[in-house]
Amino acid sequence: MEHQEPTSGDLESSLKTHARELIQYLEQGHFDQAAQLIHELAAVHDSELYREVGKLTRELHTAIVNFQIDPKYPQAQEVSQIADATERLSYVVHMTERAANRTMDLVEECAPLVNDLNDEAKTLSAEWKRFMRRELGVENFRELAKRIDLFLARSERDTQKLSGHLNDILLAQDYQDLTGQVIKRVTQLVTQVENDLVKLVLMASQVDRFTHLKHDHEQIRQEQQQQKAPSKGEGPQIHADKREDVVSNQDDVDDLLSSLGF
Amino acid sequence: MKILIVDDFSTMRRIIKNLLRDLGFTNTAEADDGTTALPMLQSGSFDFLVTDWNMPGMTGIDLLRAVRADARLKHLPVLMVTAEAKRDQIIEAAQAGVNGYVVKPFTAQVLKEKIEKIFERVNG
Repeated sequence: MEHQEPTSGDLESSLKTHARELIQYLEQGHFDQAAQLIHELAAVHDSELYREVGKLTRELHTAIVNFQIDPKYPQAQEVSQIADATERLSYVVHMTERAANRTMDLVEECAPLVNDLNDEAKTLSAEWKRFMRRELGVENFRELAKRIDLFLARSERDTQKLSGHLNDILLAQDYQDLTGQVIKRVTQLVTQVENDLVKLVLMASQVDRFTHLKHDHEQIRQEQQQQKAPSKGEGPQIHADKREDVVSNQDDVDDLLSSLGF
Repeated sequence: MKILIVDDFSTMRRIIKNLLRDLGFTNTAEADDGTTALPMLQSGSFDFLVTDWNMPGMTGIDLLRAVRADARLKHLPVLMVTAEAKRDQIIEAAQAGVNGYVVKPFTAQVLKEKIEKIFERVNG
């Protein structure tokens, strides 16, 4: 038998041809040669298996290198890109939370200013109408003129403040740029890790073929499905508009609830 | 009218608190999950519960079930404000006895409508 790198196709064709030879030897009573042939067949199978395991090991090594986790160091986890990605995502959570709070601080400062201006404008407007209808005496008019004077000064001051707050609210949205960049990088890493994992799965399936291991994929899928308990909560649904089992807006919720008799 | 707001994100609690204040409900308290909310409900005199679904510790749906199972709390009106949008989940919440269901993201108008509707039904 020649010593060349057999491929999976080689293994199968060599099995076929050797099987015929084997039967011939056995029928002719050449048991020594039959035994030799069985031994050779086993050797082809083994070398094929070793080759696949070797390939898998190399692939696994490359994947580990790609993850930049050096198994020799106990702090490998901390220096890995995955840990880095986790840190980056925490940064996103921190930045978005800070921006939300900053925005709400400013809105809460704006609200009473706007309400006060609105209230005073309403009162003054009513008084002004009385004046136009000549219902105000001189003393009342003096009072009104004083209030209008104060109101104008306050309007100027408060609208300036509001304008400043609106600008600050605008600036508080700068997190989107920074977090967007971070999320893009993490997405790239996830895609890369996924590709490496898919490669590993393919390599592992080769080994399964030669060791004749069988996995019940249907059962595995069912077990995973069972682990997903909906009462645990799943968070926001992506592509809600394309899915039948998910509502895409409040109207859908209202329709569903009213169909249940709500 | 005393209202308990339960959500694990402080920003969301703050948004709801602000919207409720605009609607004239100024007496509110906050909790970050069902585990902290339940004892507050049992000891405080709350008239209304607004809760998220997905929270660490005790989830909103479990809190709702605990409320309905508690003799003194079982009539408490409960509004769920959540990102959980599966039909099965909405049906589950309805069966557990929720009084209203608002999906995030929501508008001030929707929150107002649902709260008013709940009070109409409770008072009527």
